[in-house]
Amino acid sequence: MSLDIINLATLDATQEARRQIEICNACRYCEGYCAVFPAITKQRAFTDGDVTQLANLCHNCRGCYYACQYTAPHEFDLNLPAILAEVRHDSWDRYAWPQGFAGAFQRSGTSIALALVAGLALIFAALVVLRPASGEGFYAYLSHAGMVAIFAPAFILPLVAIAIGLRRYWRDVGGARITLAHLRDAFGSAASMRNLGGGQGQGCNFEDGDRYSNKRRVAHQLVMYGFLLCFASTSSGTVLHYGFGLEAPYGFFSLPKLLGIPGGIMLSIGAIWLIALKLRAESALGAASAWGGDIAFVLLLGLTGFTGLLLNASTGTALVGPMLAVHLGAVLTFFLTTPYSKMVHGFYRLAALIRDAQQRT
Amino acid sequence: MTDIDTLWDVVVVGGGNAALCAAIEAAEVGASVIILEGAPLDYRGGNSRHTRNFRCMHQGPLSVLTDSYEEDEYFDDLLRVTKGETDEILARLTIGTSETCLPWMEKQGVRFQPSLSGTLSLSRTNAFFLGGGKALVNAYYNRAADLGVTVIYEAQVKHVDIKDGIFSGVDCEIAGVTTRINGKSVVLASGGFQADLDWLVRAWGPAAKNFLIRGTPYNRGVVLKDMLNQGAESVGDPTQCHAVAIDGRAPKYDGGIVTRLDCVPFSVVVNKDGQRFYDEGEDVWPKRYAIWGRLVAAQPDQVAYSIIDSKSINAFMPSVFPPVQADTIEGLGQQLGISGDVLKATVAAFNASCRPGTFHGNELDGLATEGLAPPKTNWARPITDPPFYGYELRPGVTFTYLGLKVDETARVTGAGGRMFNVWAAGEIMAGSILGQGYLAGFGMTIGTVFGRIAGREAAAHVT
Repeated sequence: MSLDIINLATLDATQEARRQIEICNACRYCEGYCAVFPAITKQRAFTDGDVTQLANLCHNCRGCYYACQYTAPHEFDLNLPAILAEVRHDSWDRYAWPQGFAGAFQRSGTSIALALVAGLALIFAALVVLRPASGEGFYAYLSHAGMVAIFAPAFILPLVAIAIGLRRYWRDVGGARITLAHLRDAFGSAASMRNLGGGQGQGCNFEDGDRYSNKRRVAHQLVMYGFLLCFASTSSGTVLHYGFGLEAPYGFFSLPKLLGIPGGIMLSIGAIWLIALKLRAESALGAASAWGGDIAFVLLLGLTGFTGLLLNASTGTALVGPMLAVHLGAVLTFFLTTPYSKMVHGFYRLAALIRDAQQRT
Repeated sequence: MTDIDTLWDVVVVGGGNAALCAAIEAAEVGASVIILEGAPLDYRGGNSRHTRNFRCMHQGPLSVLTDSYEEDEYFDDLLRVTKGETDEILARLTIGTSETCLPWMEKQGVRFQPSLSGTLSLSRTNAFFLGGGKALVNAYYNRAADLGVTVIYEAQVKHVDIKDGIFSGVDCEIAGVTTRINGKSVVLASGGFQADLDWLVRAWGPAAKNFLIRGTPYNRGVVLKDMLNQGAESVGDPTQCHAVAIDGRAPKYDGGIVTRLDCVPFSVVVNKDGQRFYDEGEDVWPKRYAIWGRLVAAQPDQVAYSIIDSKSINAFMPSVFPPVQADTIEGLGQQLGISGDVLKATVAAFNASCRPGTFHGNELDGLATEGLAPPKTNWARPITDPPFYGYELRPGVTFTYLGLKVDETARVTGAGGRMFNVWAAGEIMAGSILGQGYLAGFGMTIGTVFGRIAGREAAAHVT
């Protein structure tokens, strides 16, 4: 990555984060909350790469903020969760590829809404233009080949973009060769969202001030596992289609339905819950500049699940066509915006957890 | 807001650890309780918000505490630091009760963690609070709120109304408005007077105006002074405070833990005239930082400078502010505002007196100077490898010793004997037990034990 694309605002956030981290390193009271503080104590000086790594390792549980003797009005004016959130969002902009899309969606709810409108319009147009002569279920509206033509690139290209960003991240944080043990450690942490557990499973400080709660952790995992189930549902459909010649529509006791329906329900409920919690949380302890983009992203994610459920429920009715368009439009928008929306947090967070596992061993 | 114009069962003056323990104990048995905290919400909790652990007796592994720490060993530790300046009955009561306090604290929502990095020596004796003292204070305020305790912030108590040993109410200023709060009993837990610089100057001498106050600016001893004026019996040396050597660039108040500097044993320390004045390597730093507060206080302008070279920069915990750095000793002296030539001569004399030997940073290594006055008896390595680093040192006051005399039920003693319905807990009475010196985490133990006793006794008195 060339230095010329780092703007001054980014450097300021990193320098401010470094100032705060150095104060934390002289205090160390928060060591028990999460992975960030033990990582801080391993060093005395912090490069920009170190700060980026710590920022992506931070899960914004806010335990350290409420425990801190040095928050405003104290002159040290510490607010580590907020400054690390700013550095984190800045870093996703910096690593975004192509650079032209940096920050296009992660900070703006409006641009996600506009993208959704565009995604819907595209699918409606496709339904009109590519309408097959025959087909069953939703294939009566858009053929399998048509779907593949749209979604294969819409799935693969964002993954390529993310992979390029992750490579840049890995170089900046000095990442080493990844072993199975590192992966096990990092995925184990993500699977239980250990870093939102407050260090002892009591949860984080999010929607209820300095009182601990596991609500955000549970809501996040509903979304995460709901999303993964939906993804598994689609993948199982692909395998059935190509591997076994079994084409949609599938029966209720088929894998795509058994995975997709609970997944859609979890995703929908989790997304609404997360937003409700976020509305009650103190926005000054997160990346204030990304608040709208975060909310819109969670809404979009929830919408993919919810419209999937509606599509499923509309089977056999005249609503299948419009519901298919709405669902595919949401999914398309979600995929295409992924490298430039809050969705990238999952990829960078995993990378940070892997790097942290390397530094601990 | 709750109507505060009522007759409270228990009025708690102060809003730190001892006050909260008292309020919780009283509220748990059904008493109506009001906490009058002098600080605004952001700074609530007095010096408790700066603490990090609690010294706890235990006969076997307990929560995060390893091994055992029995009463006699604990008491011996206390005798050593106080040189006998302790009330053995109250001290043994505190120590003996501490063991049951830890589970009680956990029940109230306080969380503990294994001892912090760099503090392994305390893992057997001191239970560290997850997140530190402010997290403990937050947990207690939440617990108090759940029990229906009323908390008033920015409530500065000016006078405790006691006639013939009987308390009837306090006069206070709540956000600037004079208010009277009436109660059937009172628990005084409003700390010492270390934030009142004028008082410190009167007690210690003019040098005290240059002292830094490590903790809350709200401990001005107003209630303590009011009680002493009303004939309450005092304990502890009124002229003494506990002061340690800290980073001279620390804020005047509230710098807390991060302003500590652990570089002294690996350095030479000079005053503003560039002269050494004490053996920097006399003992390991945890056993010496307290005397360095006094040593620096005795130097001109109450300032000193700790000088190291690049060999030692990573030998101690990171400092909150980066050190002053230079490529030559003269240059370092100039940057620190002392004579570069004199500093160069002092360091040269020190270097010339160093002898060959093996340096061990974590133990007394016997690497001593020869023919130097004063000597440096451990960790004496020549200061030769640039860059050179310097830290300004100033005395940082942690707490004062003067306090109210209490009995084993935490009841305050007045001119006419034990007062009828007045209890005290925490720093305001700690001088009875810790009459001199310092024992890590013991202030929180005294506050917890006596806060709980005071709360229970006050509630039992009125219900």
